[in-house]
Amino acid sequence: MPHDHHDHDHAHAVLPPDPALRVRALETILTQKGLVDPAALDEIIDTYAHRVGPQEGARVVARAWADPAFREALLDDADPVLDSLGLTGRQGEHVTVVENTPARHNVIVCTLCSCYPWTLLGIPPAWYKSDEYRARVVREPRKVLAEFGLTLPREQAVRVWDSTAEVRYLVLPMRPEGTEGWSEDDLARLVTRDSMVGTGLPRAAHEAPAP
Amino acid sequence: MTRLHDMGGRFGDGPVTVDGEDAPVFKEGWHAHALAVTLAAGALGQWNLDSSRHARERLSPRDYMRFSYYEKWIAALADLLVEQGVVTRDELRAGQASGPAPEGLRARRLEAAAVAPTLRRGGPTDRPGPAPRFAPGDRVRLRRAGHAHIPGGHTRLPGYAGGHLATILHSHGAHVFPDSHAHGLGEAPQPLYTVALRAADLWLAPEHPDDEVTLDAFEPYLEPLE
Repeated sequence: MPHDHHDHDHAHAVLPPDPALRVRALETILTQKGLVDPAALDEIIDTYAHRVGPQEGARVVARAWADPAFREALLDDADPVLDSLGLTGRQGEHVTVVENTPARHNVIVCTLCSCYPWTLLGIPPAWYKSDEYRARVVREPRKVLAEFGLTLPREQAVRVWDSTAEVRYLVLPMRPEGTEGWSEDDLARLVTRDSMVGTGLPRAAHEAPAP
Repeated sequence: MTRLHDMGGRFGDGPVTVDGEDAPVFKEGWHAHALAVTLAAGALGQWNLDSSRHARERLSPRDYMRFSYYEKWIAALADLLVEQGVVTRDELRAGQASGPAPEGLRARRLEAAAVAPTLRRGGPTDRPGPAPRFAPGDRVRLRRAGHAHIPGGHTRLPGYAGGHLATILHSHGAHVFPDSHAHGLGEAPQPLYTVALRAADLWLAPEHPDDEVTLDAFEPYLEPLE
């Protein structure tokens, strides 16, 4: 019978204790061995620090609010829709969009690690990866949401989506009132990261940040 | 039994520390480098997503608890590099390479110009595979959590859900089966489903009778209701 033979004697123990030095040691060794291109590391960091983030998801949500046919296609099968927008890729290969309604509020988590729709929201925030969020949100979502300042009415059921395979989830929040006729750009400014994870709601119309 | 990473539903954790929407993506410079070097090393093709997740999960409980998020990534990366023979322990200890990697491996280096297309391509996990046995609306029972054949092996059925009743919400077709792929036993695609569980079934003191938890479950995690 196969077994896990790696449980003891971990190689990482020989690295220096300071994590910044540990990373630098790995980078140095791999670069010297010709296995890592430092320019590629800079490119990866720039991508996730500056280029890919919640603004991609916000654009999708705003369009779904403005365009009923787009919304229907997105909820039915998000992958071809997102692919046509260039929004599929690493940690966003398979996406399901789940819609909030007056009867149901959706929240996303990954209890086993930190699965998150990178192509739409970027790298997850620290709280999403925290033990506190992962452990508690499946068992007491309403208490956890209250810590984010979100109190749900009793008539709204909560569905918590635990991302345990390679399907990534995005919440389509309810469109704020008083936004009839708004452009997609204006609508996108109301969409927060947390509203697409389900730990928040979009900004109200009067809270729209300046363009 | 599973491992410490399988923490859904456990008691004792305090309030969530919420950072604002405008908090920096990487709190420390080394966090960004830990992510980047992990992705770049992964592109060498010496392990896969499932085996790299398992490398984090099989950190010792003591290390898993004392390491911060990106420290787990670095430790797992160091372990994988040594286990796969890419780097030696002596090199790790010295912080310097003792020589170049073999040419075949160097040819797989992720170049800066290839980063964008590589990220855009990602790693889809849908595959041709067996037809699904269950359909949306079917009632099923989740098996007990834990790897079916390898003690302590990688699996994606969380402990809190094991043994509970669920309803099939959606059928995703066949996907790479992590319980096999993480252990170098092939992709062995299996039908994948999203299943819904009632909070009232899962928890002794549910917050609300209508609340639910869903998870994505591979067919071997499911048993039909007799």
